[in-house]
Amino acid sequence: MSGPSTPGTPDVVICPGGPLLLRGDHLVRDEDGVEHATTRPISAVCRCGKSATKPWCDGNHKAIPEKLRP
Amino acid sequence: MDLPKPRGPLSERVLGTLASGRSGGIGPLAALPAPETGDDAALTLWCLYELSYRGFEDVDDRLEWDPTLIAVRRDLEDDLERRLRASWSGRPSYEGDFAEAFFASVETHEGPSLARYVQREATADQVMELVQARSIYHLKESDPVAFTVPRLPTGPRAALMELQYDEYGAGRPERLHAHLFATGMTALGLDPAEGAYLDQAPLPVLEQNNTMSLFGLHRRLRGASLGHLAAFEATSSGPCRRMSQGLARLDLAPQMQAYYDEHVQADAVHEQLAVRLICGPLIEAEPELEDDVWLGAFSCLDLEDRVAEHYLDRWGVTA
Repeated sequence: MSGPSTPGTPDVVICPGGPLLLRGDHLVRDEDGVEHATTRPISAVCRCGKSATKPWCDGNHKAIPEKLRP
Repeated sequence: MDLPKPRGPLSERVLGTLASGRSGGIGPLAALPAPETGDDAALTLWCLYELSYRGFEDVDDRLEWDPTLIAVRRDLEDDLERRLRASWSGRPSYEGDFAEAFFASVETHEGPSLARYVQREATADQVMELVQARSIYHLKESDPVAFTVPRLPTGPRAALMELQYDEYGAGRPERLHAHLFATGMTALGLDPAEGAYLDQAPLPVLEQNNTMSLFGLHRRLRGASLGHLAAFEATSSGPCRRMSQGLARLDLAPQMQAYYDEHVQADAVHEQLAVRLICGPLIEAEPELEDDVWLGAFSCLDLEDRVAEHYLDRWGVTA
């Protein structure tokens, strides 16, 4: 998490229990080897495996019991 | 947009004043009629706020800062804020991380869900009615919180702009979220002009919209504005997926399905930004704002419950 006085800002942020945030333009290769280009200033990459819009997060990690979330 | 129809003596006087172009016509404040109903008050406030967005055809833009109208607005805002604070259940106690506590609090909120009803059962006419009501906000999507940007410390200001940049289409007008909604309305055969369905908007919809303007337009309430944003984003992805599925079930406008599909992914990003990179760092920088962050979040969820109750009740759906 970047605080107001933190010098530099991470481009990759891992959200506990949720996705991985990716700042900027990237190509993401999924499990099947298919490449997906990011389309927004910050993208959220699924880490729980339950997203219906993989490789992007769709908030579905909330449906998983808390202990089983990434 | 055109001025709406008045809903009582206060809105009649104030809307008449707006149409006349001179606040002199409003007379002494003390002689103003009290709002007759919640509708009368909320519509008056909504119209006074609209002067700070895109305004009305044939209304002098200078009236946005007319001292008499500002005084009227102030009374209505004070009443709204008092009611929001009175309904608020208070800041939850928690240990540890704000973000985890915030997500947990939002997840445990239980309210009636319009999206779930649309997904499974709503008729096309009901969906059309709901889209008309949603247009009051979605056609100015993200605009209220844009007023909050210059009022923030460095970290949250940069993070909010990053979120807003996405909301506003990242430089591409065709991707601006309010525009996507307008495109969806056209595809549904509805009028995408702002205010086209204002006369039909029920009280809970007006109050929901006024609350965002109240929080956005007062620097003092910047914490509430961002708490509202965070709760809104954190309760969006799932309902947007259900809205899209409901539209598909009824074979309605792929363009409106696309609007909701876009929000499934966008808001899965935005909820993380709003909670972890905007509200968290705001509270670190300005701890005295934390209560208002929670107030804003509660108001968001509570007002949406009232909108949902209104429509489910109107459609004869038992929760």
